[in-house]
Amino acid sequence: MYKIGVIAARDTVIGFKALGLDTYPVDNADEAKRALRSLINPESNYAIIYLEDSFAEALKADIDRVKERPSPAIILIPGRDGSLGIGMRELREAVDKAVGVAII
Amino acid sequence: MAGSTIIPTRMVLKQLKARLKTARRGHKLLKDKRDEMMRQFMDIVKRNKELRLNVEQGLTDAFAALQVASSIMSPEMLEQALLYPRQSVELDVKYKNIMSVNVPLYNYSTKSGDSSDIYPYGFAQTSGELDDALEYMSKVFEDMLKLAEVEKTMQLLAEEIEKTRRRVNALEYVMIPDLEKNIKYITMKLEENENATKVRLLKVKEMVLEKAHDFK
Repeated sequence: MYKIGVIAARDTVIGFKALGLDTYPVDNADEAKRALRSLINPESNYAIIYLEDSFAEALKADIDRVKERPSPAIILIPGRDGSLGIGMRELREAVDKAVGVAII
Repeated sequence: MAGSTIIPTRMVLKQLKARLKTARRGHKLLKDKRDEMMRQFMDIVKRNKELRLNVEQGLTDAFAALQVASSIMSPEMLEQALLYPRQSVELDVKYKNIMSVNVPLYNYSTKSGDSSDIYPYGFAQTSGELDDALEYMSKVFEDMLKLAEVEKTMQLLAEEIEKTRRRVNALEYVMIPDLEKNIKYITMKLEENENATKVRLLKVKEMVLEKAHDFK
């Protein structure tokens, strides 16, 4: 059985805990990076990792490395202060990459 | 593959022709693969966009509700109420093959069968706002899972499409023209050799005849 992890700021994480997800509250990008790396490890058996988008910028290298692997999926979610639009931007970038030109 | 390194023999010509045939076939297949992946990709992108908007909106609402709840209750109480989750989620991952790309399909099951059974606390010491917040969360969670599935599929497909596109272009603009150029070069060289031989034979014949009949 696979697990679902949530890496987010301390007060964002609390709601996910009630849903029964494994939560990893982090205070800064370094902690987030450490948490992400340990969850990416195939032995830790995480299939989905939700990551607060405010950490996405700092962890881009790690996120990109996982992109071409079938598992796990790293999904950016908005934090307490609303979405930063990074998830949407990533989508647009993926489309540009696939199509070869910017179409949306 | 510079033209100058090619040895103009029939053997090489035959090999090159076989390679050209394979390259053309591969090009056609890869192009079909790319087109089909592109078609599916566009659908997935559309769904991904919808789901992402839903999830971002849903989570923002849920966080807002949680904010209200935490302003009514003390942080300690809130922490305590949510300390031991009642629910736990188990995820089952299967893989589906889209044009030779393995994409995940998630199937989740919650430990207690009733998905509305999410409140890990008694209702006596907590506020109704917290109930609302958790309800929001559990509603958005289903979309979050779908988002994970669709978004990962989208990423994997994008990666594969890019690779395929590069291959198609390499075949179309480098491999095939190069092969054609080399084949043309060898054909011309062989023709030239043939002509040279013919001329030489004619010349020899003339010389032999001259000698035999002794005429000028």
